[in-house]
Amino acid sequence: MTTTLDRPPVRKTSGGERDKKNARLRASRIALHTFLIVVCLVWLAPLLWTVFASLRTYEDTAANGYFSLPSELTLSNFGKAWQTADLPNYFWNTLLITIPALLITLLFSSFVAFGVTRFTFKFNLALLMLFTAGNLLPQQVIITPLYRLFRLIPVPEWLNYKETLLDTQLGLILIHIAFQVGFCTFVLSNYMKTIPTELTEAARVDGAGVFRQYWQVILPLCRPALGALATLEFTWIYNDFFWAIVLIQTGDKMPITSALSNLRGQFFTDYNLLAAGSLLVALPCLVVFFALQRQFVGGLTLGSTKG
Amino acid sequence: MTVLENTPRVDPTPPRRKGRRRATALSGADRIVLLLMVGIPTLVHVALVWVPTLSSVLLSFTSWDGIGDLDQIEFVGTRNYVDIFTAYPRFWPAVQHNLVWLAFLIVLPTSFGLLLAVLLDRKLRFTRIYQSILYLPVVLALAMVGFIWQLMYEPNLGLVNNLLGISQSNPVDWLGDSDINIYAVLIAAGWKHTGYVMLLYLAGLKSFDPSLKEAAALDGATGWQTFWQVTFPVLKPINVIVLVITVIEGLRAFDIVYAINRGRNGLELVSVLITDNIIGESSRIGWGSALAVILLVISLGFIITYLVQVFRREERS
Repeated sequence: MTTTLDRPPVRKTSGGERDKKNARLRASRIALHTFLIVVCLVWLAPLLWTVFASLRTYEDTAANGYFSLPSELTLSNFGKAWQTADLPNYFWNTLLITIPALLITLLFSSFVAFGVTRFTFKFNLALLMLFTAGNLLPQQVIITPLYRLFRLIPVPEWLNYKETLLDTQLGLILIHIAFQVGFCTFVLSNYMKTIPTELTEAARVDGAGVFRQYWQVILPLCRPALGALATLEFTWIYNDFFWAIVLIQTGDKMPITSALSNLRGQFFTDYNLLAAGSLLVALPCLVVFFALQRQFVGGLTLGSTKG
Repeated sequence: MTVLENTPRVDPTPPRRKGRRRATALSGADRIVLLLMVGIPTLVHVALVWVPTLSSVLLSFTSWDGIGDLDQIEFVGTRNYVDIFTAYPRFWPAVQHNLVWLAFLIVLPTSFGLLLAVLLDRKLRFTRIYQSILYLPVVLALAMVGFIWQLMYEPNLGLVNNLLGISQSNPVDWLGDSDINIYAVLIAAGWKHTGYVMLLYLAGLKSFDPSLKEAAALDGATGWQTFWQVTFPVLKPINVIVLVITVIEGLRAFDIVYAINRGRNGLELVSVLITDNIIGESSRIGWGSALAVILLVISLGFIITYLVQVFRREERS
């Protein structure tokens, strides 16, 4: 992820000319930095404002307004938001949905990518296009029949007392897998194409079956791509709002991002608390941003340029 | 799914396996394993994505309240479409909002993202920090972006009105006023989208051969000329991808308006109408499907453009 260094061509010029040129270059650099700093400040403002609001007490902002110097800063809003809105329950729901969905999505998409890049089927390209196109469909195109389908599919009572796939976290996991597998297959197949066929060939000659070629030869080589995809898919599934809003009806079963919209007004009566709650919900994504930046950006751009 | 052949290649070592017909033929067990590996994910994907898509198309020509059995489905031809186009007061405003949404996203965040990418794609101090700050919103959920900007736009307490100095005297209700709230929301959406576009362009610029730019500079081209005549044409594949991603994002737009006010009062979008039809009391399957098909038809053109762009490139390389 290093940026391209385009060095200005070094040319021999007389001293005076060079000084003038340097001065012009310096001036334009300063202008550039000023512009970028201003843009960055504007970009950070919404988050900083939220952090600022979350650190202040209700009494303080009620007396002085939000646009004021704080009389004191406190972390108590975070603890209050965590408890009153029962955030641990929703975080747990998110975990129950995100982890299996993520793992199975990566497993499935690596299966398909392995199949279409290592073996020549007649329908290779068609299959890849099917997956890629499927991922680009607006979710709303499929939701109406999907909702009916989920209502028709029976599940055991211990999973859902209504005995339908609708309103279960299992249903949510399934649709995440089905939808996200498209994008991951596309990215992984691009990646696997760059792995020389000689490697699996050699393994095959040594008597390794198809699954061992996949598991012991190809998969370990795909680790960078899998890491990038896992990071990206984690944030996407974590950030899902639409599927859960429609396919989950019981409030307690909602994952955290969708739950927050229900919790507003109900538990978060003051803005400081809402700011703190929002930040808590955004926290895992911010951790991804700070800790796994390289993987996240890698995953996003893998899909658009050749990995 | 029977043609499971290995890529034809010359194998110098003699076949040691049982494969009798050809050295490269797969054994029976391998065929089954491969069939399962490709088949199961394909089945899940097709069953939950493509079957509902096709069902949407079929159901859009029917009338069904969704309560009775499947045999109560009644074929009504194009009545749903005619009703939507002529007798549904929420439809055209929603379409209009979707168009504003698309136009805004294509023009502003996209060109600004490109500008930032070009500015940052050079040897510049702090360029990594600038880049990180600018794409920070990309990791956030669109619903979360909605919540955060609600704090910004709050008439009395929010930062925007306070900075403008109108928080107390005559505050603007950015999200409550149905004439302007769509633009206020679009700024919030653009806040996230710009960073995404910038990342895509940065990745594209990185694969760009710097000697081209140097050659242009030696020929006396100004920075502006170099950009429009050398860099921009080379970025064409990225342009197409950015355009398609932007359009798809625009058509999908739902989370942010739903998080703010459930997509009412000036924030109606086609996606909101479809969702309301499902969650709402009077759920009409044919009706909702017809709305979905309208969305599908618009997006298909762009999806096909994307596929052509991406897979043509694959074949070339």
